[in-house]
Amino acid sequence: MQRIYVNEEYCIGCRLCEVYCLTQHSRSKKIIKAFKEETPRALARVVVEEEGPLSFAMQCRHCEDAPCVAACLTGAMQRDERTGAVLCDEERCVGCWTCIMVCPFGAVLRNVSGRKAASKCDLCYGEQTPVCVAHCPNEALVYEERD
Amino acid sequence: MRYVIIGNSAAAVGAIEAIRRCDAENPITVIADEPHHVYSRPLISYLLGGMVDETQMDYRPRDFYTRYRVEAMLGVAVTQVSPQEWSLALTGGGTLTYDRLLIATGGRPFVPPVPGVDLEGAFTFTRLDDARSIARYIERYGARTALVVGGGLIGLKTAEALMARGLRVTIVELADRILSMTFDHTASKLAESLLRRAGADVRTGLTVKEIVEKKGRVDHAVLQDGERVECDLVVFAIGVRPNVGFIPPEAGIRVNRGIVVNRRMQTSVPNVYAAGDCAEGYDLLLGENRPIAIWPNAYRQGYVAGCNMAGVEREDEGGIPMNSVEVCSIPTISVGLTDPPEGDGYEILERYDRATPAYKRLVLRDNRLVGAICIGVVDRAGIYTGLIRDRVDVTPFKDYLLAGNFGLISLPREYRKHLVVGEGIEV
Repeated sequence: MQRIYVNEEYCIGCRLCEVYCLTQHSRSKKIIKAFKEETPRALARVVVEEEGPLSFAMQCRHCEDAPCVAACLTGAMQRDERTGAVLCDEERCVGCWTCIMVCPFGAVLRNVSGRKAASKCDLCYGEQTPVCVAHCPNEALVYEERD
Repeated sequence: MRYVIIGNSAAAVGAIEAIRRCDAENPITVIADEPHHVYSRPLISYLLGGMVDETQMDYRPRDFYTRYRVEAMLGVAVTQVSPQEWSLALTGGGTLTYDRLLIATGGRPFVPPVPGVDLEGAFTFTRLDDARSIARYIERYGARTALVVGGGLIGLKTAEALMARGLRVTIVELADRILSMTFDHTASKLAESLLRRAGADVRTGLTVKEIVEKKGRVDHAVLQDGERVECDLVVFAIGVRPNVGFIPPEAGIRVNRGIVVNRRMQTSVPNVYAAGDCAEGYDLLLGENRPIAIWPNAYRQGYVAGCNMAGVEREDEGGIPMNSVEVCSIPTISVGLTDPPEGDGYEILERYDRATPAYKRLVLRDNRLVGAICIGVVDRAGIYTGLIRDRVDVTPFKDYLLAGNFGLISLPREYRKHLVVGEGIEV
């Protein structure tokens, strides 16, 4: 399957991936509205880590043997059979954070703004290319099929 | 060839999903004494507390058995397994034969031999029907007070559920602190204070001596020290024992603290596998076998069993005891060895902010992480779990482990690459 790959050497820490991810997962999908009007503000599912000149963006790896899918207490965390993406059905999630406990990437986030639910990258379900990749100015994020 | 699975919970589902990945053809039969569609057992406390309703209990969609071509015999108990005849005896006198058998029968709640445990109003709490019975009992008799015997995770979730229904709850725990199996002293005391603030009466170093009836129902309990505790109902949440009563000695299936299995989840008898709370699987940290009765472990072991049953060899990497639960709305995660014996070569890193509250405790041995507790701040706790599982030498970044911005960026570049890029690049 196509996955997002991270090139930390190219990341300049601009955080555009976070901006576009948040916007994509907002109600309006409009950048100004998403940041200025919508409350609670949507969560970005990609996190930029930065320390001095080093930075990179990290989101769910959609692991082949995904520990979050195996560990999920409710069955909310499932692999989408069509795309292979690991998706969290937020309606079935109860916010026990077992997925956070088992994800070695720290790629699952707590959304506690409304009904508690695990929040994670969905590869921009329905889009050709995830928006974080599409808007990365320096190809620090790429979306490709490797074996 | 027929696969038969006894049990219908996490390990069974893991096995079914694994078998169907390797074998689309051969029939699978699931047989379980509970008459329910596969449900999420950990959610029974959420159900009792009214945080979810019955429609949210399903662990897999309603068409699960159809889609995976599983014959589900639900509401039928296995009374005896006879490996010599490759058959199971069922309630009602029927039999069922198998070619590959998975025993995934989970645990059976342990009830201490105390006078009054059989009274109406005395419950255990491990099944969907228990949640329904307790809820019905509370409604019918207008129960207002409850005693929870056992201050482990099940006891705690039970207490919270009962409090959410408006009951006044006393928790009695035999050890000198609650959650003594998963937390260290500081974390236990923090959880205790959260529970007290939420209105629970927490009594440690004590257990119940007698449950006293009035008109055949629970009226009150007497603790070991003679104190009387008013309670309209009692819930025993001390722990579970492997549910293996249908395995006679002559079956030859070795049972120790659980059904003895190897890394492929095979029992001592050919073509019979075991997984989940009933099995004594491999503990990655201890390097020996013991039951780790947690949901993720059951699914993973079931999956490994399923692969091997279908002829695809796979070894279980082993489990680590770990739990993630909210205590009075404060998230908590504990992984691995959190409270090692003093000295003994362990190193402890701690950070405690009482006001928030936020507590982190990391346990190291030989510069490798072996345990972690996170309370209040659980975000990215899985990175610790990964370091424990992969036995990473943390010497180069030990000082960053407790930093507020601890993340993958704190890890050595090679390990980070290994994680992100995947297999092929080793540390």
